[in-house]
Amino acid sequence: MTDTHVEPRRADETGVPDPFPYMHPVLKKNYGNWKWHDRLRPGVLHHVSHDNDEVWTVRAGTQRQMDVHTIRTLCDIADMRAEGHVRFTTRSNIEFMVSKEEMVAPLIEALEAEGFPIGGTGNSVSMISHTQGWLHCDIPGTDASGVVKSLMDDLHQEFVTEEMPNRVRITTSCCQINCGGQGDIAINVQYTKPPVIDHDAVANVCERPAVVARCPVAAIRPALVNGKPSLEVDEQKCICCGACYAPCPPMQINSEESTKIAIWVGGKHSNARTKPTFHKLAVAGLPNNPPHWPEVSEVVKKILYAYKENGRDWERLGEWIERIGWPRFFELADIPFTRFHIDDFRGARESLNASAHIHF
Amino acid sequence: MTKKKHETPMLDELQGGKWPSFVDGLKRLANDEDKQYSGMMNDLLGQLEHSYETKLGYWKGGTVSVFGYGGGVIPRFSQVAEDYPESSEFHTLRVQPPAGMHYNTELLRSMCDIWEEHGSGLIALHGQSGDIMFQGCTTEKVQPAFDALNEIGLDMGGAGPALRTSMSCVGHARCEQSCYDEVRAHRTIINAFLDEMHRPALPYKFKFKFSGCANDCVNAIHRADFAVIGTWRDDMKVDQEEVKKYVAEAGRKYTIDNVITRCPTNALSLNDDDTLEVDNPSCVRCMHCLNVMNKALSPGDDKGVTILIGGKRSLKIGDQMGTVVVPFLKLESDEDYEKLEEMAENVIDFFAENALEHERIGETIDRIGLTNFLDGVGIGIDPNMVSHPRTNSYVDTSKWDQEAAKWLERKADNSAKTAAE
Repeated sequence: MTDTHVEPRRADETGVPDPFPYMHPVLKKNYGNWKWHDRLRPGVLHHVSHDNDEVWTVRAGTQRQMDVHTIRTLCDIADMRAEGHVRFTTRSNIEFMVSKEEMVAPLIEALEAEGFPIGGTGNSVSMISHTQGWLHCDIPGTDASGVVKSLMDDLHQEFVTEEMPNRVRITTSCCQINCGGQGDIAINVQYTKPPVIDHDAVANVCERPAVVARCPVAAIRPALVNGKPSLEVDEQKCICCGACYAPCPPMQINSEESTKIAIWVGGKHSNARTKPTFHKLAVAGLPNNPPHWPEVSEVVKKILYAYKENGRDWERLGEWIERIGWPRFFELADIPFTRFHIDDFRGARESLNASAHIHF
Repeated sequence: MTKKKHETPMLDELQGGKWPSFVDGLKRLANDEDKQYSGMMNDLLGQLEHSYETKLGYWKGGTVSVFGYGGGVIPRFSQVAEDYPESSEFHTLRVQPPAGMHYNTELLRSMCDIWEEHGSGLIALHGQSGDIMFQGCTTEKVQPAFDALNEIGLDMGGAGPALRTSMSCVGHARCEQSCYDEVRAHRTIINAFLDEMHRPALPYKFKFKFSGCANDCVNAIHRADFAVIGTWRDDMKVDQEEVKKYVAEAGRKYTIDNVITRCPTNALSLNDDDTLEVDNPSCVRCMHCLNVMNKALSPGDDKGVTILIGGKRSLKIGDQMGTVVVPFLKLESDEDYEKLEEMAENVIDFFAENALEHERIGETIDRIGLTNFLDGVGIGIDPNMVSHPRTNSYVDTSKWDQEAAKWLERKADNSAKTAAE
C-alpha cells in the first residue's frame, strides 16, 4: 500500500465560483434590475423587477452545522416544492426562491413539517451569528452551537414573527477575540483570571517573543522558571483577555469557574439613520453553564423584551438606548451598573459624558 | 460490528426544542453504521460531551495542507485522543462558495456525496468569513476530499496570514438597493489575488467584503480590512405618487416621525401636499428613507462605491471599524473595475511591505497615521475621510501654503474634468 507513489493532483486554482450557473433563473434574468419588494408574511419576501417579473423567497432557519442528511432534506424540499435553487444568508438562514406565488404555501408547509422555522425577515430576531466553540475551535471558552441552539429555542417565537421595533441581530463569540462580530445583543466569553502557565511546556510549544508581543498591556515577559525558559505574567497589569492563549496554549486562560459570559448591547452594522456602532457592555460575570446557559438566556430576554416594549418603530436596540439614556436602560433591563461599565482602556475618555446632558 | 455509543446526557438535552438541532445531525452521522465516518462522529460526540462536562476545549492546531497550497485547511488534533481515538484528527476544509452564496441542489448534493465519502458528513453553511466549512477530516483524507471538491468547481478559501475568503450580499441578484455588480467586484478582486490566499505570506489576515448599499448586509465596515459599499452621487429618485400613497396609508404623523425626522442630516421635508422634498447635497445615502418607503424612493443613477479600510475584531487593540479612504469610485465600466483592482493591489502591497507581523491594516493606520497610509497607496486626501478636523493644535503646519496649493490644484483639476464631461 505505502509503496504506491502517485503524483498528487495539482489544484485548478479557480477561486470564487461563478454563481450564475447556480442562481435561480428569475434572479439571473433580472440581475441588477429589481425595483421594489414587500413582505407577504414573516419569512416571505416578494421582489418585483422593472420588467414586472416577480420572485418569492421563503426564508428558513437552520442549525448552520448541518449533517449531509439535513442538507439532502433541504435539497429534496427545494426540488419538490421549489425550483431547485437556494441561497444562504450571512446568518445561516436558507432561502428558497420560487417564480409563482402559489408555490409559497406548500413550500412553507414542507419546511415546517421537517422542523425548519420560517422567519428571520424584517423586524424579527434572526438567527444568531456564531463561532465554532468546543466543537472545533482551538481556543474556545465555551460552546457556540449549543448556546445558539438553547437561545433560539427560547426566541423561536421572535424569529417567526416580526414584532420587534426594528431588526435584532444577536451574535455569540466563544472567546474575547469576538469572531462572532458586533450585535444588537452580543453574548461573548469574558475571562476573569490571568493565564495559568505550564512552565514545563512553554519552551517547546511557544515562540516566546511572539507571545510577549501579543499582549495588549505588555504584562508578559520572558523568565527562567525552574531552570527552564518560560514566560511570566505581571498579574497586576494583566487584563485577562486571553490574547496570549492562542499563540501559547500552555498559558491556559480557561477554567471551569473563571470563564464567564458577558452580554453587550447596541452594536449595529447598517449605516441607516446613525453611523455603524459597536456594542457596549451590559452584563458580565454570568456563569458558563451548559447545556442550556439559562442565566444568559434570562438576561438576553430581559433586554430584548424591554426593547420590544419600549423601543419605537425603526429604532435599533442601540438607538433606543441612545434616546432613553443609559440610566433608564439599566433600570428597564433590571441590570446593575458597575465600575466595570466605565471604560479605562486607551481612548476611554471618548466614551465619557463631557456635557451637562443628564437623564433623570 | 456496532461500536458502543458514547453516553451524551448533556448534548441530549439539546435535541428537543423548536430550533433545528445540530446534535440531531451529529447523532444521525454517528448512527450511520455503514458509513466510514460513523466511528469518527461517535468519538466527536464523546469529546464534545466531555467539553460540556469540564467546560474546556480539547483541540490543538498543527500543519496540514493540500498539494500546491499553504492554507485553507484548519488542522485540528484532539488532546484527548486516547479516549476518543477515531476523531483524533478532525480538520476543516475552508472552501469558497459561489459569490452571493447561490446554490442549486445538484451542487449541494455533490458536496454531500464527497463529504460522505471522504469526511465526517458535517458541513457548516457558512463560517463567519463566508466559507463553506467541511468539518471533520483525517489528515490522510484531506487531499482526496479537496481533489473531489476542486473537480466540481470549488476552490480552497483562506486561513492564516493570508487573503481570506470574501463575502458579497445578495445585491444585484435580488435587491433593488444594490448600487454595483457585487458578484463582479467580489470575483474580480479575490480571483486576482488568489496567490495571496493559497500561499499565505502576508503579515496577517486580510479581508474584503462587498455590500451593495449602506445597509451593509455583509457587515463589511466592521469586519473587513477593505470594505466596498455601494452608493450613488446624484440625486435619489423620488416617485411622488408613491410618496403620496405611502403617506395616505401610513399617516402623516407616522411619516414625519419615522421618515422625515429620522433622517440623520435633516435632508427631508414633507410638503403640504404630501410629496417629499429632498435636500440632496445634505443626504449621506444612509438608506433609512429608502428602506422605509421602498416603492417611492430609490438610489440615483450615478452609482459607485465608497471604500473603507481597516475594520477588524478585538485582537489586540479593540474592535475597529473601517475608515473612508475613497468616498466615491464610479463602478460601472470595465475600466472602473480595473481601477478597483489596482486600488486593491496597492493596498495589499502596502500592507505586505509595511505592516508588522500579526498587525491588521487598521492597526498599521493607527500606528502611522492615515495621511502616511494615503501617501503610501497614492490616494489624495478628502474631507469625507474625517468625522471632523483635528481638535488639537499639536501639529507642525509650516508647510501649510504648499498643502493648500495642492488642494486648490486638485479642485481646479476636478472642475476641468467635470467641464469636459
